[in-house]
Amino acid sequence: MRHTKAINQKARRIDALSDQDVVALQTPNGPVAQTGPHIPLGCSFVFSPGWEVDSTGGTAGLCQPVERDLYDCHITCFWPAHVPDLYNHAPDWTGKCAAAAKDWRKIDLIFP
Amino acid sequence: MTLLRRGEYHAFEGDGAPFLYLVPSAAVYRLDDTSVAVLDEIGDRDLAPNDLANSLGSRFPLAEVRTTIEDLVRVQAIRTVADQPPPVKAEAPRRRIPLTTLVVNVTSKCNLSCTYCYEYGEDKIVEASTKPRFMTEETARKSVDFMFAESGDSPNVNLTFFGGETLLNFKVLKSALAYARTRAAELGKTVSTSLTTNATLLREEVIDWMVENDVGVTVSIDGGKEQQDRFRTFSNGKGSYDLIRPNIEALLKRHHRRPVGARVTLTKQNLDVIGIYRHLAEELGFWEVGFAPVTTSWQRDYAIQDEGFFQMLSQFKVLAAEYLEHALAGKRHRFSNVRDTLEEIHKGMNKAYPCGAGLGLMGVATDGDVALCHRFAGSDSHKLGNVTGGVDHALQDDYLKRHHIANKTDCATCWARPICAGGCYHEANTRYGSTERPNLHYCDWIRSWTNTCLEVYGALAEKKPEFLAQFDS
Repeated sequence: MRHTKAINQKARRIDALSDQDVVALQTPNGPVAQTGPHIPLGCSFVFSPGWEVDSTGGTAGLCQPVERDLYDCHITCFWPAHVPDLYNHAPDWTGKCAAAAKDWRKIDLIFP
Repeated sequence: MTLLRRGEYHAFEGDGAPFLYLVPSAAVYRLDDTSVAVLDEIGDRDLAPNDLANSLGSRFPLAEVRTTIEDLVRVQAIRTVADQPPPVKAEAPRRRIPLTTLVVNVTSKCNLSCTYCYEYGEDKIVEASTKPRFMTEETARKSVDFMFAESGDSPNVNLTFFGGETLLNFKVLKSALAYARTRAAELGKTVSTSLTTNATLLREEVIDWMVENDVGVTVSIDGGKEQQDRFRTFSNGKGSYDLIRPNIEALLKRHHRRPVGARVTLTKQNLDVIGIYRHLAEELGFWEVGFAPVTTSWQRDYAIQDEGFFQMLSQFKVLAAEYLEHALAGKRHRFSNVRDTLEEIHKGMNKAYPCGAGLGLMGVATDGDVALCHRFAGSDSHKLGNVTGGVDHALQDDYLKRHHIANKTDCATCWARPICAGGCYHEANTRYGSTERPNLHYCDWIRSWTNTCLEVYGALAEKKPEFLAQFDS
């Protein structure tokens, strides 16, 4: 919900940009018609825990498919949204992952 | 832990409603009650979102505070402490800006001897004797060719004639415009024309030509007889009002194709802004009246000092309030200073440079040398090329690098910088001896004036938003 109302042209442009929804996991002809450019929010390299599609549009081959997406990752959060709560809920989440580049497959699934 | 901090903005009211002018985006947002409360609560502190929500919990639902914070973060009215904006870098424009306005100084000679003149007076930067007094027809044509060559793919160009007293070289500017129209037709472009004059030479044939050619005219005039004759005199000291008044009346009576404006130079001795406005707009009938303080070094007798700036400002505010009343009533007000600023606010202009000088606008001296703008035309130290060889892009790039707002460290914390960007190069050069300096002598004045215009803008957004649609293009 908006608590600010865009008045001048610049504010309208800012609103238009931030109105674009995340479409990374949607198919182009999916239920939500995409009007603006494709701006996926989320991690953009393969060793970042989080969701993303690969170049073919698939998610299975990536380190953190959609199942690991524990909290909304749209607008409010970026990096912290893609990992579980390491302080309270899953303190040992990366316990088996000494070197991310080598051990990333050992990072386990977390269900809240 | 995430801490929230206020972003950079200027809060103002329009018709009693709360607004934000965000810096550096120059976006204008209207706030609701929750957002005002959130920003007030943060104030100048760093606050955790939970603390913020708790302290506002008695007044607003928690979820509402949360979405408000998200929204204010989105528009950067609030930022997290970890996410502070990086310092602005002095980057040159990513593409070459086409030249869209060329100001051609067809003569450096003038038939008046205005005491405060920046071209001939005590603060002149060009020694007139080193340059030809009149531009030749050939140089004028080359200027036109230069203009089209540097205009890139821009479909419209503006050719502006200036002086000296522009009309002293009427023959050349007349043929230059005819040539420009022919060239424009060949190139598939349009050219619009304007000129500035002191109105002493507005003969019938000149007015005919202006009407036939859709020439925009600005008349330099200081007000009524008393004001005009104080500084705008002939070399024998005689005032010019009695000569120009019938000329202006003839011009205003016949020339309706383009708005005819008056441009007033304010001095310490001439600060009756409202009286001047009444005379020029309501008595003589100028389409619009714009005011500017005289450009001069501070020690001159006619330089406006601090108290003078505020005297000027208080009258500007009266006229701005009048402008608002007129706009709400569907009537046109002729005070152009408000209109220009409203347009900049509406477009959300955020300037790296105070004006288009050296970018989309350049000035040509009588010998064909091209400089930043008409005020520097003929100055070798502000030269950017010449009409035969074109723009020296190495000089231009160097100029753009040196004059970027990022180099004006005094401006870095000022909320009015998206609109002001340090102010006029010529003013700075006259006042401080360098075009690179921001004009610190009028910061308070600029901020106060910008705030006044924001208030008018906000009031219009509240009560008559359709009025602002005229600035959409």
